[in-house]
Amino acid sequence: MRDFYGTVLDNPMMLGTARFPSPQVMQEAFRQSGASVATVSLRREGGGGEAFREMIRSLGIHVLPNTAGCHSAREAITTAHMAREYFDTDWIKLEVIGDENTLQPDPFGLLEAAKALCADGFKVFPYTTEDQVLAARLVEAGCRVLMPWGAPIGSGQGLNNPYGLRTLRTAFPDIPLVVDAGLGLPSHAAQAMELGYDAILLNTAVAEAQDPVAMARAFGMGAQAGMLAAGAGPMPVREMAQPSTPVIGRAWL
Amino acid sequence: MKIEVNGTRHDIAATTVAEALTLLGWGDMRVATALNGDFVPAAARADTALSDGDRLEVLTAMQGG
Repeated sequence: MRDFYGTVLDNPMMLGTARFPSPQVMQEAFRQSGASVATVSLRREGGGGEAFREMIRSLGIHVLPNTAGCHSAREAITTAHMAREYFDTDWIKLEVIGDENTLQPDPFGLLEAAKALCADGFKVFPYTTEDQVLAARLVEAGCRVLMPWGAPIGSGQGLNNPYGLRTLRTAFPDIPLVVDAGLGLPSHAAQAMELGYDAILLNTAVAEAQDPVAMARAFGMGAQAGMLAAGAGPMPVREMAQPSTPVIGRAWL
Repeated sequence: MKIEVNGTRHDIAATTVAEALTLLGWGDMRVATALNGDFVPAAARADTALSDGDRLEVLTAMQGG
């Protein structure tokens, strides 16, 4: 596993904590998935926040606060500072949303916020697109992890642009890459890992499954299978058939 | 002092962010604060003065993806 700002994760799965039918189901889903990172957010105090924070701490895994819902660099920067103090971590999943329908990141606001936060000592996990030029700018700004989307958040479409994701992997061989958002099935997780990605981050596909615990386990297995396959060296794709049974020794009938 | 706390108007006898949190019942709770869009660290709350019309945000942990 690759190094995420000095932390080597023991499992390539990162799981969100939202939309689960109950806290108990959420906790069991985390256990069954083997996830090494839990994403959380900050919202207006309405009671229960501290109990939730304790529950996440009891999972004994890394906490990654997000800036979900922020539409400007300023909002995201303020939220990141609040999250750093509240959750006592300098990790931040940086989201600056540019479009209401697709929840596509705003590349300009994202870069502006990433520059400010990296300069301020944050370990930024930017939720980005597969745009290679933007990725290069984020790395220049100090990001040592990139999290391109697979598809729009919560859509379950899988990897909409495998070419773009593959290109990004080739362009940034030494930067940990995470497919974040849009995964719907464990096969999507496997596909992302087969592309050589270092981790996957998802939420809705598990939380909104009919059986979230079983789906969490399935995603964990999918990610593991893909990771193992990437390391095993997949065969080249060929245009035509090639017999797998030896031709030598074939009977003359 | 007329301020807005988490989007709701309050008329409150507080002159600082720390006093406002105490009067609102959040004095001992772990929360994160921002005033008019700027982060206010916990250590700075007692020295951060309030003015009429200020917008105070008091946040805590929530589920997220």
